[in-house]
Parts: sequence; structure tokens; C-alpha cells
Amino acid sequence: MASEAVIPINSDIDVVAARQKGRELATELGFVSTDSTLLATAISELARNIIRYAKYGEILIVSVQSGDRVGITVVARDKGPGITNISLAMQDGFSTSGGLGLGLPGVKRMMDEFHLVSDANNGTKVTIKKWKR
Amino acid sequence: MEVPILKQGLYLIASIQAALSDVDLVHLRDALAEKVGKFRARGVIVDVTVLDVMDSFASRTLRDLAHMTRLRGAETVIVGIQPEVAFAMVQLGLTLEGVDTALDLEEGLAFLDKKTKRHTSRG
Repeated sequence: MASEAVIPINSDIDVVAARQKGRELATELGFVSTDSTLLATAISELARNIIRYAKYGEILIVSVQSGDRVGITVVARDKGPGITNISLAMQDGFSTSGGLGLGLPGVKRMMDEFHLVSDANNGTKVTIKKWKR
Repeated sequence: MEVPILKQGLYLIASIQAALSDVDLVHLRDALAEKVGKFRARGVIVDVTVLDVMDSFASRTLRDLAHMTRLRGAETVIVGIQPEVAFAMVQLGLTLEGVDTALDLEEGLAFLDKKTKRHTSRG
């Protein structure tokens, strides 16, 4: 029952498409409505970061299973300039300062798992996971 | 997708019908700031009931919209934020500070009636 979708992120319309795809899969897997909304919102933020900082990239949405747990993994990746100061990007108020932040602390708060890899040569890859409750 | 803006008395009501792209949201913001002058509106209601996601860009654009219309002399109230959306917004740290909100269209109208009356009696 593994389900997988790759959404290329090139414009603001793709942000909407990506989060709708995420919600669709969450609903299909029987996520409670609150968690579907958290997932869709997190995807929206990650897609937005791709456009704002890297111009284009992609979002991969996959259903995962571990024992009898079901969840969704989302990978947002780009070949952009990378995040130079990751600890600063993960600081809470940074995201609200003048609207220039990445919103990453908020995304981390909404998810069960959060992993960020970024450097100037390979771009940025954010992996998030939400388990079905 | 364009958001229809209805004029009702001294108020403008923008009723969002479907998910909006960033461009759509910016267009709505600018259209309302312009129409406040055109229709000499005293209040604006933006109904976001159908929005299933309110991310940082949407929050910021709605906040800007509210502040822009206030600078043009009209009060804005955002109505219809769904409970799950409110929860996700708080998790993200988006509080719409300085922006008036109401439960639904009815409450939004009552809010504007109170708010614009107060301004009128003072002037």
C-alpha cells in the first residue's frame, strides 16, 4: 500500500499542489483532521522555502510503515545556496523577524520527526515525518 | 482564482471560495486597498472559512491587508479561521497580531457595526 508522489516546486501554484497532495494522502491513511492540517501546513512552509531561497526543487511525499504504525514522510529538497547558519535558522523568533525566516522551528514543532541537511554545494534537504495517531 | 468582493452598505466582503496561490492573495490585498477608496467603505470582512491551510505567507499577507485598509480609513476583520487551522498557525508561531478576527460572517458584521459606530460618534 506504499504510496508515493513527487511534486516539482517551481512556482507559488506548486506550493498549493504539494500541500493538497499531502492532505490527500493523510486523509487516505486515516489521519485525524488536525494532523492532516499540520502536515499540509508544514509542506506549505517547506515548499515556500524552496521557492524563496532556491527558486526550484521538489517535494516527495511517501507513506511509511513501521510495525503496525503508519505515517507519512515528506522530503523537501533543492539545489539552492544552502543554509549558512543552521542553528540560527532553527531559532524561534528568527522565523518571525521581518518575514525573512524559514519557519523551520514551527515545522519541527508540528511534526514527529524533523531532519535538516544543508550545505552550499548540495543545497538543502529537509525530511519530516508524521505518524498516524 | 479571483476572490469575489461584494459591497454591502459601508462594508466590503471578500469571500474566499477555494485555495489561493500567493499571487491570488496579493491580488486580493491590493484589490481591497483600492476598493476601500472606490466605494468609500468603512469596514472590510475577509472570510477564510474554506481555507484549510494558513501558512506564513497567507498570515503575513492578511496582516498587511488589514493594516493597509486601516491606513485607508477602513477596519478589517478576518472571519472563519477553522479550529485546526488556528492550531497549526499557533504551532507555527503565526498569531495575526494586531489584526481583528471574529468567529464567522455574522460576528464579523456585528464587530464592524460596533467599531465603525464608535469612530463615527467620535468624529
